[in-house]
Amino acid sequence: MKRFLLPLAIFVVMVGFLAVGLTLDPRKVPSPLVGKSAPDFSLPQLHDQEKVFSSNELRGKVWLLNFWASWCGGCKDEHPVLMQLAQSGEVPIYGMDYKDRREEALTWLRRWGNPYPVIAVDESGRVGINYGVYGVPETYMIDKAGVIRYKQIGPLDEDTVKGKILPLVREFQNK
Amino acid sequence: MIPEIGHFALILALCVAVVQGSLPIYGAAVGSSTLMSVAKPAARGQFILVLLAFCCLGYAFAAKDFSVLYVAATSNSQLPLHYRLAAIWGAHEGSLLLWTFILTIWMVAVTFFSTHLPEAMRARILGVMGLVSLGFLLFMLTVSNPFERLIPAAVDGRDLNPLLQDPGMVIHPPMLYMGYVGFSVAFAFAIAALLGGTLDAAWARWSRPWTTVAWCFLTVGIALGSGWAYYELGWGGWWFWDPVENASFMPWLAGTALIHSLAVTDKRGGFKVWTVLLAIMAFALSLMGTFLVRSGVLTSVHAFATDPKRGLFILAFLAVVIGGSLILYAWRAPRVGLGGGFALVSREAMLLGNNVLLVAALGAVLLGTLYPLFLDALGLGKISVGPPYFDTVFVPLMTPAVFLMGIGPLAQWKKASLPGLAMRLRWAFAVSVATALALPFVLGKWTPLISLGLLLALWIVTTTAIHLRERLAHDDGSSLWDRLAAVPRSYWGMLLAHCGIALFIVGVTMVKGFEVEKDVRMNVGETATIGGYTFRFDGSQELKGPNYMAARGTFRVSQDGRDVTVMYPEKRLYTVQNQTLTEAAIDSGLLRDLYVSLGEPLEDGAWSVRLYHKPFIDWIWGGCLIMALGGVLAISDRRYRLAWRREEADVPAATQTAGQKIS
Repeated sequence: MKRFLLPLAIFVVMVGFLAVGLTLDPRKVPSPLVGKSAPDFSLPQLHDQEKVFSSNELRGKVWLLNFWASWCGGCKDEHPVLMQLAQSGEVPIYGMDYKDRREEALTWLRRWGNPYPVIAVDESGRVGINYGVYGVPETYMIDKAGVIRYKQIGPLDEDTVKGKILPLVREFQNK
Repeated sequence: MIPEIGHFALILALCVAVVQGSLPIYGAAVGSSTLMSVAKPAARGQFILVLLAFCCLGYAFAAKDFSVLYVAATSNSQLPLHYRLAAIWGAHEGSLLLWTFILTIWMVAVTFFSTHLPEAMRARILGVMGLVSLGFLLFMLTVSNPFERLIPAAVDGRDLNPLLQDPGMVIHPPMLYMGYVGFSVAFAFAIAALLGGTLDAAWARWSRPWTTVAWCFLTVGIALGSGWAYYELGWGGWWFWDPVENASFMPWLAGTALIHSLAVTDKRGGFKVWTVLLAIMAFALSLMGTFLVRSGVLTSVHAFATDPKRGLFILAFLAVVIGGSLILYAWRAPRVGLGGGFALVSREAMLLGNNVLLVAALGAVLLGTLYPLFLDALGLGKISVGPPYFDTVFVPLMTPAVFLMGIGPLAQWKKASLPGLAMRLRWAFAVSVATALALPFVLGKWTPLISLGLLLALWIVTTTAIHLRERLAHDDGSSLWDRLAAVPRSYWGMLLAHCGIALFIVGVTMVKGFEVEKDVRMNVGETATIGGYTFRFDGSQELKGPNYMAARGTFRVSQDGRDVTVMYPEKRLYTVQNQTLTEAAIDSGLLRDLYVSLGEPLEDGAWSVRLYHKPFIDWIWGGCLIMALGGVLAISDRRYRLAWRREEADVPAATQTAGQKIS
């Protein structure tokens, strides 16, 4: 009898693991960049092509870098959260318009609202490669020394902002 | 209105499934022939209802009814009709409907081809299948209803994932599902036998053709999927050990083991318990494949909807169906007995060896697929297991399996003589080794793996030749033609399937050993040469498709100054989802494929271009098709045809006409 129960035992263990697996989020991939310096960039701005937006300008500030695009559905989902966060004034969110067309991006912002003080244009996606962007939207929290402290893959939601990002922002603003 | 009819048909089908899953099984237990006779009409009724639902969804797609959420999510008004219909199985909800629909097709097939079975057996088989279908219908109606309305209706749909807009994708899922779901028949036979306590040779004989048919479909389905990945993903590879690919490969390994184990149970009455376990395993892995793809526990290029509620449902269903079966197995199997004994050197032993190796390979793939999940569950970090692991464990396991494949068919049942086998096979071995060592030098490059691959392929072919010669050499006065005709088709089927493996191995070996790949920047008019072929880039132009914009490059290919072909790779932008897709151009040939894919546009009309020369790659899929063909040949064997004909003679007239319609 015992050896005939073996397949059942193996199966039960497997189901147990699968059940635990269900509660985990496969999208939470650890970023090798967390804890490392944010890659520098210097890119034209969306609203004024002549001006350049450079990451060096933000040294000494805690800020969020949000990769988005007008063609991305998830960006629409997280947009109200970004607007709310921007209005709270807790932390500035800088935009990175990723592989997008300028006119479409501007129309998108006109229609839904603009949470960003400045937006850089990453037309070729080169900066995205440096940051290891899996897909838009993605958001990075960068501290005063220019070190990435947090990475969010996929849309931000209120729980993540309240539970993770804002505590981290406060922690690093006081350092 | 039409979608509501479809929805309603599914609800009715669920009610029928409840009846089909309970009354016949109960009837078989108490010996009530009235209750058992419910099974057949219930199965057919369920088929009609699910067919109706399927047609309703098809109609919603054809009529561009964007008030149906699923239609709006997976199609678009610009999408051509054939892809709109294929979009039925383009995402989660519709795939489930296809799954259930195919399950009912198999049920109906069982009602037609099981008249020779004892009534209790048939009632139990259909009852078990009814229970499986009950689970899937419940799943659809609770958490993934394809007929859910979207109010207000969308103006236009979000379009089908461009990767799936491909002829291969139209046919790949139905084939794969025919295979997956086909194992439910073998599973139902096994459970019915366990319930009835009659695990005998007759049971194995009945399950064999069903298992083989399902296996053929699965083989073709996997080959199509691999071919699709080859020309649609634009990476030039044909197998990525992606969790979803593994999910289809594991039932195939279990099914292959099952086919061989069934042969022993049928011919010698051995391996009974093991065969039952394999039948349960093959279906369990099909269900688990569905779970892995649908629940989102593993990330993959194929990942569909990630909804924990759905994952939980499938997991619970898996636990009930397979857990229940394994409990039944633990309870009933000890009473079955072991069947006839056999010596260490005998055909049984070789088949057992093959089974053990196949199951070990299966275990290795399962481990590699689930290991990242296990680590994650234990909080030990996130990792991914890639092709290096699979390649490393797979070759050592498959090498002895292929070696046994050459000897097994020549060995006698029960007890064979090892010196005798060695004598009979010495030439095959010598020829294979000599050729495998020398051939790579002729081809221009020697590595141990190339030699090993060629050795295995040659071994299969030479042992098959010896086997055939021995079979035909028994001179009983009849002509060679008569002797050829006397060889049963199931035997030809086996030889053919084994040769399919040999072709497959040749393909893999040659591609891995001799493939040439080149990433180049090409200006207009520039040339690049690989594998003796010269590619000239003649620029690119804009092109407009029905639902995409494309840049199409023109490449003139020549060999030794003679023009070979002109190739047109494309880079497409699908406008609705704003997704770009690389449509590689492939010039296929018996001995080589040329493969061109466009990378990124550079300045002045130049492009980054990827060129491949892939020798023998089509043999990989050719081998798979030949394996499947072997399976088809095996089930067309006389003994099965005779079985059908016999049963027609002694069934009542009413069922007879029904049987004839499809035969």
